[in-house]
Amino acid sequence: MKKMALEEYKGVFVFAQQVDNVLDGVGFELLGKGKELAKDLNTEVTAVLLGSNVKGLADQLAEYGADKVIVVDDPELKDYRTEPYAHALASVINEFKPEIMLVGATAIGRDLGPTVSARVATGLTADCTVLEIGDFPLNPVPGKEAEQKHNQLLMTRPAFGGNTIATIACPDNRPQMATVRPGVMQKIAKIEGAKANVVEYNPGFTPNNRFVEILNIVKAVKTTANIMEAKVLVSGGRGVGSKENFKMLEDLAEVLGGTVSCSRAVVENGWLPVDLQVGQTGKTVRPQIYFAIGISGAIQHVAGMEDSDLIIAINKDEDAPIFDVADYGLVGDLNKIVPALTEALKAEM
Amino acid sequence: MNIVVCIKQVPDTKGGVKFNPDGTLDRAAMLAIMNPDDKAGLEAALRIKDEKGAKVTVLTMGLPKAEEVLREALAMGADEAILVTDRVLGGADTWATSTTIAGALRNIDYDLIITGRQAIDGDTAQVGPQIAEHLGLPVISYAEAIKVEGDSVVVKRQYEDRFHELKAKMPCLVTALSELNEPRYMTPGGVFDAFDKEITVWGRADLKDVDDSNLGLKGSPTKIAKASDKVAKGAGEKVTLDPAEAVEYLIGKFKEKHII
Repeated sequence: MKKMALEEYKGVFVFAQQVDNVLDGVGFELLGKGKELAKDLNTEVTAVLLGSNVKGLADQLAEYGADKVIVVDDPELKDYRTEPYAHALASVINEFKPEIMLVGATAIGRDLGPTVSARVATGLTADCTVLEIGDFPLNPVPGKEAEQKHNQLLMTRPAFGGNTIATIACPDNRPQMATVRPGVMQKIAKIEGAKANVVEYNPGFTPNNRFVEILNIVKAVKTTANIMEAKVLVSGGRGVGSKENFKMLEDLAEVLGGTVSCSRAVVENGWLPVDLQVGQTGKTVRPQIYFAIGISGAIQHVAGMEDSDLIIAINKDEDAPIFDVADYGLVGDLNKIVPALTEALKAEM
Repeated sequence: MNIVVCIKQVPDTKGGVKFNPDGTLDRAAMLAIMNPDDKAGLEAALRIKDEKGAKVTVLTMGLPKAEEVLREALAMGADEAILVTDRVLGGADTWATSTTIAGALRNIDYDLIITGRQAIDGDTAQVGPQIAEHLGLPVISYAEAIKVEGDSVVVKRQYEDRFHELKAKMPCLVTALSELNEPRYMTPGGVFDAFDKEITVWGRADLKDVDDSNLGLKGSPTKIAKASDKVAKGAGEKVTLDPAEAVEYLIGKFKEKHII
């Protein structure tokens, strides 16, 4: 790789994703983390806002901690397409030279991130769960103490289906780029009325063969296949008792902005479609919150959900193996607990 | 038309992960499979071949053992197979990997390149878009459906809450989701033929327009500072309470965890 003048790169940048001119929460979360990193580096956090007629969104980014907002506002950026967006973000990086660039690990960010990292010739670490400032190597190599680099972004991520954890650095290239899944980082408490320090920038857009054509946009209310992307899964098993009883789980899922999923027994009983099945013969999921309701916890089911960040089990059988992997286990009648929990959550939110 | 499908041999993480005594991954003890997203990409290519006629070439980068997935692809119906293998390519991150594969692809005629969205060992989803970037091609990732129309491909591109129907002029690169289709099985005749077929093996010297400084461990901008097994998750708290108390208990936990 080409040697870069690393000292020219300053500041923490966050890609502020918007779709239909609505900012995605992951941008606010990354600003929260970006602010911490910027503090450690004694620098600022800057949001990068790309879109068409999006200038009006900049103050919201200030309310969540952006010291500065770089806005690229151009009709070519109306709906997400890899090329104009990659051109915009890569141009911002080349112009403003950030030392850190954070992107949400969304279906947009996981396309934009790799394209931009290749274009600006730097490394990218995907789906990070921990970001911190530290030394690389972590401990100085005897006799080579002077070669240890300080103030590096250390990026920790799971690999091999969550079976290992690696901490990664990008010591010789800038910016140090990372994607982070939605919900992993915390946004700061909103600073009401904060006004953005806006910097407008437009690199110019000349359509070429790499600009794909959007023929159609279909906003789908999908019931299938998205359980792998869900942040909250309310999963039911045989113990739920009937197809009708899944209404309780749907209500709970709705309050938490989650999705209903299920065990194999539920699919075999014809209560829910196979696309919603979690487990070895179904889908492997890793949501932030996984409710296992009336699920005994057979190995094949556990294999598909044990990497969830927080597991809550509700089961009347206190010896159910699901309790061995649950963070919080409630022994009791799901028919009473689930509706009561839904009501209580409604009152809290 | 010429379609190249990039595939990867990966350890089957579903069958559980095994470790060497020193804590590194024991790849030899784990079943090696064709990465699921890649297999769906191969199936998509074979369906285009069935429908419109096409030459399907499969390409992989890996250890010599990765020949196994190429044989499987040939048995499914691929026409040619290329293995890119060389010690100097080892330890590559996604930048060095995509640089390598792009260097190999520059030797081949292609209209359409298909890769899987991501591999189950790394889950990065980076190599496909990065190959497109190195080759200057349009890229469409997260494909739920792919069809060829004249000199273009029309792809259903998945997002969290919608899909875009996108059209790109070939040559272009598409990354496939495993939801795309149900891959076919190898046929007995296919298996038989597959073992007679010659697999092209390329090394460093066969990569076109690639600088040594961008290859292997040395050419990787990202470096591993530390790797460890995940600590096995133990059981948490288990409580037996009446429903109202149970709800109160859980709400308290949610507040503690800043979930609400």
